[in-house]
Amino acid sequence: MIAFREKAKVMDAEALRRTVVRIAHEILEHRKGTGQLALVGIRTRGAILAQRLAKAIETIDGRAVPVGILDITLYRDDLSRVAPNPVVHATEIPFDVDDLHLVLVDDVLFTGRTIRAALNALSDLGRPKTIQLAVLVDRGHRELPIRADYVGKNIPTHLREHIEVRFNELDEAEEVVIEEPAANGGAA
Amino acid sequence: MATLLITGGHVIDPVNKRDGRYDILIDRGVIADVQPSIPLNGAKAIDAGGRLVLPGFVDLHTHLRQPGHEDKETIETGARAAIRGGFTAVCAMPNTTPAMDHRGVVDEVRQEARRVGLAAVHPIGAITRGRQGKELTDFGELFDAGCVALSDDGSAVADSFLMRRALEYAKLFGRPLIQHAEDPALSAGGVMHEGLVSTTLGLRGIPAEAESVIVARDLALAELTGSWIHLAHLSSAKSVDLIRQAKRRGIRVTCEVTPHHLALTHEAVGEFDARAKVNPPLRTEEDRQALIEALADGTIDCIATDHAPHTDWEKEADFDSAPFGISGLETALAVCVAALIAPKRLTWSQLVERLSAAPAKIAGIDGGSLNPGAPADVVLVDPAAAWTVDPKQFLSKGHHSPFAGRPLTGRVARVIARGREIDDV
Amino acid sequence: MMPTATAKPSTQTAPWTKKDLLGLRELSAGEIRLLLQTAESFREISLRPIKKVPTLRGKTVVNLFFEPSTRTRTSFELAAKRLSADIVNIATQSSSLSKGETILDTVKNLEALKVDVLVIRHAAAGVPHLIARHATSSVINAGDGSHEHPTQALLDLFTIQERKGRLEGLNVSIIGDIAHSRVARSDIWGLTKLGARVTVCGPPTLMPPQIEQLGAPGAGGAGVRVTHNVDAAIRDADVLMLLRIQHERQESMLVPSLREYRLRYGIDRDRLKGAKPGLLIMHPGPVNRGVELDSAVADGPFSVILDQVTNGLAVRMAVLYLVSGAPKGDEDEG
Repeated sequence: MIAFREKAKVMDAEALRRTVVRIAHEILEHRKGTGQLALVGIRTRGAILAQRLAKAIETIDGRAVPVGILDITLYRDDLSRVAPNPVVHATEIPFDVDDLHLVLVDDVLFTGRTIRAALNALSDLGRPKTIQLAVLVDRGHRELPIRADYVGKNIPTHLREHIEVRFNELDEAEEVVIEEPAANGGAA
Repeated sequence: MATLLITGGHVIDPVNKRDGRYDILIDRGVIADVQPSIPLNGAKAIDAGGRLVLPGFVDLHTHLRQPGHEDKETIETGARAAIRGGFTAVCAMPNTTPAMDHRGVVDEVRQEARRVGLAAVHPIGAITRGRQGKELTDFGELFDAGCVALSDDGSAVADSFLMRRALEYAKLFGRPLIQHAEDPALSAGGVMHEGLVSTTLGLRGIPAEAESVIVARDLALAELTGSWIHLAHLSSAKSVDLIRQAKRRGIRVTCEVTPHHLALTHEAVGEFDARAKVNPPLRTEEDRQALIEALADGTIDCIATDHAPHTDWEKEADFDSAPFGISGLETALAVCVAALIAPKRLTWSQLVERLSAAPAKIAGIDGGSLNPGAPADVVLVDPAAAWTVDPKQFLSKGHHSPFAGRPLTGRVARVIARGREIDDV
Repeated sequence: MMPTATAKPSTQTAPWTKKDLLGLRELSAGEIRLLLQTAESFREISLRPIKKVPTLRGKTVVNLFFEPSTRTRTSFELAAKRLSADIVNIATQSSSLSKGETILDTVKNLEALKVDVLVIRHAAAGVPHLIARHATSSVINAGDGSHEHPTQALLDLFTIQERKGRLEGLNVSIIGDIAHSRVARSDIWGLTKLGARVTVCGPPTLMPPQIEQLGAPGAGGAGVRVTHNVDAAIRDADVLMLLRIQHERQESMLVPSLREYRLRYGIDRDRLKGAKPGLLIMHPGPVNRGVELDSAVADGPFSVILDQVTNGLAVRMAVLYLVSGAPKGDEDEG
């Protein structure tokens, strides 16, 4: 296992808060309100982000937006490459997705494979009218033709680097940092 | 045949109460002399190099499978396995196809054994025709043909009336009837000892009482008839208790125990290991301890292998379908060392007696001692040789053993059968 | 007596690394919890309009049933299909040995066709274990003789947990032919490992020797309680599990007659008068109505027999998912 160390902090708690509020505004502006709108967060941090976006939208618009949680484990394309199989959590979408305008929410957009899996999963649940994508960070390096409709921050990265999103609910921190492998990182 | 002189060995000959350094002179197939030191005088010297020099072992209970089941074993492969195990004589059980229930089969077996010329083979005839438990065989014809005892081994003579008649009639010949003590109604469908392991694995059990009720019955019938009963492969403490009492009362009973019942318990079945499937089944630690104690105090007369070879594919079946039996000739001595000598339950002298003189006496054959004039059946044993059981290396066709992979000590180094050195097994 | 402990029930799971699922005896409490938790996640799939996920696409599952079974076979078949695996059913009533082909020959032939998972049902105990020792594919025991039926016990645990919210500290009574029941054995292991107290009840002829020593040591001491009195088994029970009494048992003189059994051990409304409120009635099926269970009870409000069937599907999906991900044979484990 390669050890990673922090290279730079790209967002602090305040930046995170402002970014969520901004994306909430963008969604409302683009959808012209909350009509037929629902958010679906991808486990685990996408789900937390979806809850925060929903709260922000309610604060701005005064109307609650339904939020669901999607577990994409069963749709991963790398199952036969990882052993043992990862733990599966339930998908909890307590509403009918048919004819809704869904916004899929995740923390980091990278290769696009997670989003591909999520789109397949959603299509097994019904036929939404539209699906858009909101992410906190887009770090580039796409392997599939996928792009986000709402982006908190574009952060160009090296492939060997990590983006760590930390939320109070899970990590006792509220920040986004870039990490790099400890071995090569500080050589010069 | 060369005159042989075995020198430098530690002779253990319980019959003659010898336990120390002796030289043994062998001439014309018989023991010529046993002395602390014998001059070579032109004999071929065999340097025992401090090894144990013992009378050849006698197995009272061997399944050679021929005729009928030559895929499992032949007289030749069985005799080779016997020699490697230190057995210079084996008694062949009659559950062949056809059964050894008439002279023709007995003659055929003896003839083939003579051709092979390794271990001596003494047939045991069947008590009933086809071992069906219905009609008695012609006992006189079988004994005249060379049978040393009669048995329906593989199954018991279940019919009490028939068993009484068999015991009565056998008195004419002064030879024992060997009973495989198993009440077929109590053991029906069973595949292992009935107890915690069978309950855990969901396998049908054979209670210890399937054996002891037949033991009790046969002891009563032996008392009634005054005839000689020999009880094969005892497995339970209950049977041993009954026999101890019977011997005290003067009932004419002898009995045997196998190395595997002395060394293993039903725990050996583990996760459905059919190599530990044997009849009678391996039982509890309490039973095992009772068997060892009975062997030490003389309640059990001798050790017999119940060598029961099967083909690999048969033994690789599931536990219910796999046949009963252990390929035991080639591990007998070392297993006895582990079960009896290492924990100091028997002395070497006692062990040798129970592997040679005692079974020879029951079989009524010349052997089991290093008496001048006796057939020169001698084994040299390296008591400290460490080896690991690898059934693939067995000379027997039965390559299955619950001792596979087990490190053991004590190995037969050399065998002289009727004065002939056997190097080519 | 037990202190009125307020200790939180353990929810610790353990990662799944086993190639096979042969029984619950060899599983840890953590592994059993992981199976149940995974089943929980799979349950929702069967409620969707499209009851299928692509997870095991390209995997081949073989239902190799040497003993007739409609329920278990169908449940495994649907579970495999809902995970997008390909499934082949092989039912062979005759022992393959009678054809001169051994079980291992059959398995080697299947392996030559590159299958991934073998689901085995056989009338002889230990057959799945024998196959697992020789096969590189995963083996799932779908019931072996009187030994184990792990997926049935898992769905029993799942159903109890779903209805009662927990397993720890519950009293579960298993009534019937304990001696010949693979369900009883698997349930005893699973329940005691997760902290339930198990009582087994039946006539002495249907009780195997030393059964009281089976099961994991738990809060109530090691093993299980044995009673021959059905009212005693009902009195403190939170759950009653009834086992099927097979007609052939009568022939081997284990019970004098089915009528005699019904009179002493059959569960009807009258017998349940002293039962705890909220009692669950379970049965692995198929029910012998009017023998071990009266129809009014089988279809009554306490009965969760159909929940068991529903949950069986989620449990079997979870088992297929987990064994498929475990390292196989000499494959690289990285």
